[in-house]
Amino acid sequence: MSPDVCYLSAVRQLEMLDRKEISSRELVLVHLARVKKVDGVVKAFLSIDEESALKSAEKADEIRAKGGGCKKLLGLPVAVKDNICVKGHACTCGSKILEGFRPPYNATVVERLLNSGAVIIGKTNMDEFAMGSSTEHSCFFPTHNPWDPARVPGGSSGGSAAAVAAGEVSLSLGSDTGGSVRQPANYCGVAGFKPTYGLVSRYGLIPFASSLDQIGPMGREVADVALLLSVIAGKDDKDSTSIPAAGDYHKSLDRDVSGLRIGIPKEFIEGLDPEIKNRVDEAAGIFRKKGAVISEVTLPHVEYAMPAYYVIAPAECSSNLARFDGARYGHRAKDASDVLTMFKKTRMEGFGSEVKRRIMIGTYALSSGYFDAYYLKAQKVRTLIRQDFEKAFSECDVILSPTTPITAFRLGEKIDDPLSMYLTDLYTVSVNLAGLPGLVFQGGFVNGMPAGIQLIGKHLDEKTLIQLGHLFQKETGYHLQHPAL
Amino acid sequence: MTKKITEEQVAGVAHLARLELEPEELAVYTEKLGGILEYVDKLQELDTEGIEATFQVVPMSNVFREDESRPGLSVDEVLQNAPERSGDYFKMPPILESEDAG
Repeated sequence: MSPDVCYLSAVRQLEMLDRKEISSRELVLVHLARVKKVDGVVKAFLSIDEESALKSAEKADEIRAKGGGCKKLLGLPVAVKDNICVKGHACTCGSKILEGFRPPYNATVVERLLNSGAVIIGKTNMDEFAMGSSTEHSCFFPTHNPWDPARVPGGSSGGSAAAVAAGEVSLSLGSDTGGSVRQPANYCGVAGFKPTYGLVSRYGLIPFASSLDQIGPMGREVADVALLLSVIAGKDDKDSTSIPAAGDYHKSLDRDVSGLRIGIPKEFIEGLDPEIKNRVDEAAGIFRKKGAVISEVTLPHVEYAMPAYYVIAPAECSSNLARFDGARYGHRAKDASDVLTMFKKTRMEGFGSEVKRRIMIGTYALSSGYFDAYYLKAQKVRTLIRQDFEKAFSECDVILSPTTPITAFRLGEKIDDPLSMYLTDLYTVSVNLAGLPGLVFQGGFVNGMPAGIQLIGKHLDEKTLIQLGHLFQKETGYHLQHPAL
Repeated sequence: MTKKITEEQVAGVAHLARLELEPEELAVYTEKLGGILEYVDKLQELDTEGIEATFQVVPMSNVFREDESRPGLSVDEVLQNAPERSGDYFKMPPILESEDAG
């Protein structure tokens, strides 16, 4: 079986399975062989479970032999970010503090994947507790960008993005708190979707900042990402922020875009690198040619999104990460004479420096005397940012923007400078603050590295973003180019 | 220019966060946190008088369900990851000897 199978779309791989051109066992084996070939360089995976993957693949083949039912991903290999619980499999969150932890339950998205017949082949690398923009903050090892291994894949879902770009899987799950699906998708030249807050259940996702976190699908083709979104979206009683919405996002991908109003925020274009601006202009030109109406919109408070995010996210993380104390699971410091010493030693030994930094910032922002000045202030600014989007969406249907101000940077370049690392999330964080859907797809190249296009939609308007992304991919074919590995 | 945060404050915050910084770490954290706090101070430029805070973006309030028992994890499943176990309990170091455990 040719390794080229690995670069077919998920939709095409499923067609081959249905036509008996390949078995699920063969499809999983060819991907596992690809992992063996390239992951020594890319390092996208933290763990691979070959035995369990082959068992699931054989089961999928049996089900298909009996008719298959209507399982959307039957027999398809997928990867899952290592902050999403898969029962019985190691789940580290990229952290030493979860050493040895094996979740006794599945995340809701994992239940949905398994019910759809997907074969989970492994767990992908990430910045520790999803805090970071390069996957260099993984406590195990950094992941490398398949397009240039000297560069970062982005983060925090860097493993999930790199695995897809390197042909190790055609679909993966990531999580996005301030851009953690979209930014690595952008750096690795793949598609990544942050759905509307509440569309995908967060049950079993180890939380970072609960009011911002959303699980999102990643793939090389927008159509594939839409298929995975159809599988994971939907109301879940186990997540009280889950909303009663779902859809067949992978159906009716083609639409007439004439008259569709697309706005470009002037704040995202001012001072933008001209090469990256060219990518955005090209996308605008393609949509205009198809009849969409392009105009300028304004998000006047968006410059405050980064500082608001860097109060809100650390504040919520400091509360969420209080559970990691060595009492019930994961690492516990040895020889502590009393419980307080045990808590402190466990957390000092278990957490990496970026996580500790954010816990400290968050604890400070929530502490007595500073709550109003920092946390409450940031949540009020969040309202202004939300209102900016509401106003913009009275003038347009979709917002078109760059994903990041730069393409993938070199490993080590920003590791000691948290503020400069944070600024790479400039165009993505406001979408989380407002709870809106955001889709990123490969928008061409700048000096040989991929540069992604971001589309931001109205609340629950995933469909329009998918249709536009699909149209762009049909027109350009950028997503069909693959890194030389 | 006055420092945004002092080493004493950082040590106090570390205690609240159940972290314990070594003296040389304390200086590093004080500098990095000071830089981040200076950056987020940009928020103070905005007048937010009369603006409601957005604590969450989902247009719903309390989510209720019937108070009925449902199957959950078994005791063994709950304890399978325990660093130390004693019967059906998580085993912990002594609490009462600690000065500040409350």
